[in-house]
Amino acid sequence: MIVFERPKALCDVPMHYCPGCSHGIVHRLVAETLDELGVTGRTVGVAPVGCSVFAYNYFECDMVEAAHGRAPAVATGLRRALPDGVIFTYQGDGDLAAIGTAETIHAATRGEHITVIFINNAIYGMTGGQMAPTSLPGQITQTTPYGRDVKTAGNPIRVCEMLSTLDGVALAQRVAVDCTKNIIAAKKAIKKAFEYQIEGLGYTIVEVVSTCPTNWGLSPLKSLEWLRENMLPYYPLGVYKDIKVK
Amino acid sequence: MSEKVLMKGNEALAEAAIAAGCRHFFGYPITPQTEVAAYMAKRMPKVGGTFLQAESEIAAINMVYGASAAGTRVMTSSSSPGISLKSEGISYLAGADLPALIINVQRSGPGLGGIQPSQADYWQATRAMGHGDFHILVFAPSTVQESVDLVAKAFELGDKYRMPAMILSDGMLGQMMEPVILPEEQIVAPVKEWATTGTQDKRKHNIINSLYIQPDELEKLLQERYKKYAEIEKTETLAENYLTDDADLIIVAYGASARVSRSAVNLLRAKGLKVGLLRPITLWPFPKQEIRACIPTVKKFLVVEMSMGQMVDDVRLAVNGEKQVEFYGRTGGMIPTPAEIAVTAENSCKVSF
Repeated sequence: MIVFERPKALCDVPMHYCPGCSHGIVHRLVAETLDELGVTGRTVGVAPVGCSVFAYNYFECDMVEAAHGRAPAVATGLRRALPDGVIFTYQGDGDLAAIGTAETIHAATRGEHITVIFINNAIYGMTGGQMAPTSLPGQITQTTPYGRDVKTAGNPIRVCEMLSTLDGVALAQRVAVDCTKNIIAAKKAIKKAFEYQIEGLGYTIVEVVSTCPTNWGLSPLKSLEWLRENMLPYYPLGVYKDIKVK
Repeated sequence: MSEKVLMKGNEALAEAAIAAGCRHFFGYPITPQTEVAAYMAKRMPKVGGTFLQAESEIAAINMVYGASAAGTRVMTSSSSPGISLKSEGISYLAGADLPALIINVQRSGPGLGGIQPSQADYWQATRAMGHGDFHILVFAPSTVQESVDLVAKAFELGDKYRMPAMILSDGMLGQMMEPVILPEEQIVAPVKEWATTGTQDKRKHNIINSLYIQPDELEKLLQERYKKYAEIEKTETLAENYLTDDADLIIVAYGASARVSRSAVNLLRAKGLKVGLLRPITLWPFPKQEIRACIPTVKKFLVVEMSMGQMVDDVRLAVNGEKQVEFYGRTGGMIPTPAEIAVTAENSCKVSF
């Protein structure tokens, strides 16, 4: 008896992600959700610039690659053109909270019926480890070689907290995929986000606190420790907005 | 039969787009194209379409990208500084082979420039509207009626060749009112097999993408795309000849400056001077052959633009040194009068050919 297999919404191809990177797990959770909801055939995913720009090769649904930061705008165009479609974006921290901040906030406040999977690994992965808008105070990156000094480089952005103030947001939840318990919770959050979108409740975002062993300069296991010790205290897991919970 | 109605250029552009099957408009306010968006805000809900005021020009063009990926006829409109902001998105549209209509109601620049009519975005429109190797279709109407007719053409050719198309209007054409006959038939946008509309579990997934990480793959793709461009240059070029057959001097002008130049030609003809007008209607593809066809009989070309001289480059490239090419321009939002163009042309005729 087969007890574990590839979700049907995931293409049968090798992924390019580094060992210990969270993308593979999160891709799987999104694909499982599409399978379980039976919506792969009416789903269009948007993958903007970042390590996950190649996501169009990994999902069986229709996929659109987008310019850096512009995924929420591209998803808005798709949303308005495909009233019965299920639209998701898959964005990194630089994409969502730096170059695409305006697109993110306005898609959220318009209450666009889209689901945003937000990978927060506190660093720019694809370009080789520069400071992200979510890099922690003191974090050493290629462009903060002496550690992020908030006096000159500014403070990190807590995206779920910020977006939870907007009326168009139906769900804003922060999860992690560092252990089985959290992976199960992350899956539930992602599924809920897609369900809320399909119900037409508004903009939904699931922030996944993630690892980047390559650019953090740590082994996959040490990365998980670093994430728990440093990222989770600054980015507490939890539900920041749920339109169904008053 | 359709009735003649009096319409503002900008509103006529919008109504023509709806008649051409466009049901999605994304834009951001800017003078002097304001009426396009205002008209769309009124009309789109009545025809079951989408009007959305975006948070920026950048967002608007990327909404266009998304709606085009979904296979719809979609447009945005702006004016010069706003078009600069859209250039990233236009490059992505071209790179992903996505059709869309972009209207530029030109004003003067650079920077914030001014809000009066200008033709200073010719280089921007025709020399690649963003980074990378690509072209977009560029149409330059010179009347409100032609604006209407070219909107339909731009959508048709954009879909046919899977590429963005621009109507290069200006503040004068956009703001003026003229009688116009709108198309009677409402066109239904064609079905696009390549669009990301959802697989419906019936086909392999479609991908809209401009990323090619292998250089040999990208080179091959661009070479293929340029074969398409070569075909377009051969078959889709449009220009109007006005009294050029016997002309010693041919004025080359497009859009608003062509209207004024035409009046100048009439003034000069009344004085017995053999002057004609060649008016490019497509700026890309540029009517090189139409210009070259005049070389055996003409003595001199005079290019008239509302800029410091941009299209004159293309005329010189087409003429290739075989005849003299002179330039006269007003810029900064100034519009030349028929009299000043006539004087320039007359003086030009006096100097030995």
